Amino acid sequence: MSDKPKVAFYWCASCGGCEEAVVDLAEKILDVVNAVDIIFWPVALDIKRKDIEAMKDGEILVSFINGAIRLSEQEEMVKLLRKKSKIVIAYGSCSYMGGIPSLANLNDRESIFNYVYKESPTVENPEGTTPNLRYKINDEELELPEFYNNVYALDNIIEVDYYVPGCPPTPEVTWNAIGILLSGKLPPKGSVIGASDKALCDECPLNETKPDKIIISKYKRLTEATPEPDKCLLAQGFICLGPVTRGGCEARCIKANIPCQGCFGPLDNVLDYGARAASYIASILDVPPDSEVVQEAIKSIRDPIGLFYKFSLAKSLFKGKVIRRDEHE
Amino acid sequence: MSRKIVIDPITRLEGHGKIIIFLDDSGNVKNAYFQIPELRGFEIFCRGRLAEDMPIITPRICGVCPTAHHTASTKALDDLYKVEPTSAAKKIRELFYNLFMCEDHLLHIYILAGPDFLVGPDAPKEERNVIGVIKRFKDVAIKLIKLRKDIREMMKILGGKPIHPVLGLAGGVSKPITGEDRDKLIKVGEEALEFTLLTHKIFKGLVEENKDVRDLMFSEAYRHDTYYMGLVDDKNRVNFYDGMIRVVDPKGNEYAKFDVHKYIDYIAEHVEPWTYVRIAYLRKVSWKGFADGINSGIYCVAPLARLNVADGMATPNAQEAYEDMYNIYGEKPVHYTMAFHWTRVIEAIYAAERILELAKDPEITDNNIRNIPSETPSEGIGVVEAPRGTLIHHYKTDENGILKKINLIVATQQNVGRICLSIDKAAKALIKNGVVNEGILNRIEMAFRAYDPCHACATHSLPGSVPLSIEIYDKNRKLIREIKNF
Repeated sequence: MSDKPKVAFYWCASCGGCEEAVVDLAEKILDVVNAVDIIFWPVALDIKRKDIEAMKDGEILVSFINGAIRLSEQEEMVKLLRKKSKIVIAYGSCSYMGGIPSLANLNDRESIFNYVYKESPTVENPEGTTPNLRYKINDEELELPEFYNNVYALDNIIEVDYYVPGCPPTPEVTWNAIGILLSGKLPPKGSVIGASDKALCDECPLNETKPDKIIISKYKRLTEATPEPDKCLLAQGFICLGPVTRGGCEARCIKANIPCQGCFGPLDNVLDYGARAASYIASILDVPPDSEVVQEAIKSIRDPIGLFYKFSLAKSLFKGKVIRRDEHE
Repeated sequence: MSRKIVIDPITRLEGHGKIIIFLDDSGNVKNAYFQIPELRGFEIFCRGRLAEDMPIITPRICGVCPTAHHTASTKALDDLYKVEPTSAAKKIRELFYNLFMCEDHLLHIYILAGPDFLVGPDAPKEERNVIGVIKRFKDVAIKLIKLRKDIREMMKILGGKPIHPVLGLAGGVSKPITGEDRDKLIKVGEEALEFTLLTHKIFKGLVEENKDVRDLMFSEAYRHDTYYMGLVDDKNRVNFYDGMIRVVDPKGNEYAKFDVHKYIDYIAEHVEPWTYVRIAYLRKVSWKGFADGINSGIYCVAPLARLNVADGMATPNAQEAYEDMYNIYGEKPVHYTMAFHWTRVIEAIYAAERILELAKDPEITDNNIRNIPSETPSEGIGVVEAPRGTLIHHYKTDENGILKKINLIVATQQNVGRICLSIDKAAKALIKNGVVNEGILNRIEMAFRAYDPCHACATHSLPGSVPLSIEIYDKNRKLIREIKNF
């Protein structure tokens, strides 16, 4: 065994995009392999849970954990990694803020199971079978991990030292974060690392076209118009979350002519990203109060949760469930 | 003494695919179960979202094939708003799609199949990985790394990000292709074509000259006479982006050819209490449990299925490779699961040729990239061929384009039935009277590799082997034996 620092990667409720993001380091991944010992990475190499259990507490220098927490076995595994690691990094939006899977906090387990296994138009399930945690067949038992009622961000479950934002983090952001960790010059605990400290607008190529004061009377949807290139998307009336979102992605979506969706999350000292985003978007609406125009303007924001909390519902101040059953039945 | 064998492709507690085999008192296989202990519930939490957000949200189902979900979703929006994309927009989408298919297939061929075929199925384990491939085919490996980087760079320019792209809009795309980008695309297309042809030459050479590889390609262990499904164009040739869904029966006769709007008439899903995944089957043939043959609704998707349902390929080099393969197999449909690897190479050639065709099309740089929707939305369905098979997105909305109902038929759930067959066959062949042949590990590992299932994203692993372990428990659940390949 070498003396190189030990590093672990682990995935929870995620899409695998964070794993691909690491592979997208391309030739740089060889530098990483030279600098550290990757001891655990389910997508690439294997080690048993008991091997991790046998390690000394704090023996792993850094664990990078991506994905939200949805299943019991994910909770068990991240608690174990926490114990064995000096530093735990929440890597990517799902781990950092719950990500897109945490939009499922709008529904409970029962409604999810009912739809997926009974009501979906292609399902043929006259007996109403649903997956069981323990299913007995011929005196033998099959087990499934528990599907929780809620989706959690990593720091809802364990203490997290640093956060690397993005859905997924870009290769540049990942590389910066690795550099900071290996340099030994660690920022204060709880910092977001690898990305910018400024809002996305600061690095956006359209920033020069952003007026000092943006005034909107009604927001446009992407089904109603196509953004003109080379002009601030927010000034055109599209909900672009650049002003309230941490930079670091080099405005990749905006360069493809699509407004920022907020995957890098909030700037420092913002408690609730969605609330901050909603407040900003509301503040630039310039309409007379108590008028029909206000109603019209509000109507142009049809899905505030999806728009403002697309990547961060698990970390919102809405505690517990926001169930909207009636509305969709 | 009854025993339980657990094969976990990733780790003991990892949540992405697990095999459990029960033995009877005499130590023979009683039942084999393939579990997918994972569920996130996209179909539910997308209710209430804006239709235009679906191409942004649904790629997060799979970060390995985000472009497939993005494109199926965008096509569902076209249908939802009854808006025909402009001709240039369709070409840009298809070009982007083929960049993705080419890169995804090549990664699979070299990193996964590469070790077995290029290094050899009987080479020492420590060499049978991507490092072994690089050692023996250093020039090829360097070209592959460069090509992958070049393709992903083009995807970044065209679609914002290769992982979770954003170019698709109802009725078109968000950004035109500049003349400068077109020139780069032609270069990348040429690079991809040269590389995929080289890959085919190496692959075909091995099948013809290397007995081990040939035996593997014709392995009866994974032969299953099932139905096949895939998209075809108006001449019944393979197309990834658009077309009719064609199904052939195990004898190769056309069983059905239908527009995706009729998918519910043909596809149904079965629920088992011991897995979180729904298992797709052909509705009218019906669910007969885990069995192959003409009376079982289990069907197969992905590269082998696509070539089996098609009459040929739409580009010349791919067509030549297609004929080579069917000549060597001497049957159609080919039921040998290992043929997946060869069909993936043929599709990579097609993707490269299609990139070039589209990049050279004068319309590709046209600025007329979008028709703005004008109809009131209500229901829309979109289909593409993902690398791992037919992918269907089906949305219902209110008049404001707010999602009310979502149904997704994802590639891998359609292959689950057939994967279960492969596992069962391998288990029964290799476990006899309580003796567990060590070869079972490699057998099952190879079955996984062939299908490239999305739930085991381990298939995109760096060392090129799917980590597997078998644990054998006695009746008191005491671990009595462990076999592993890592």
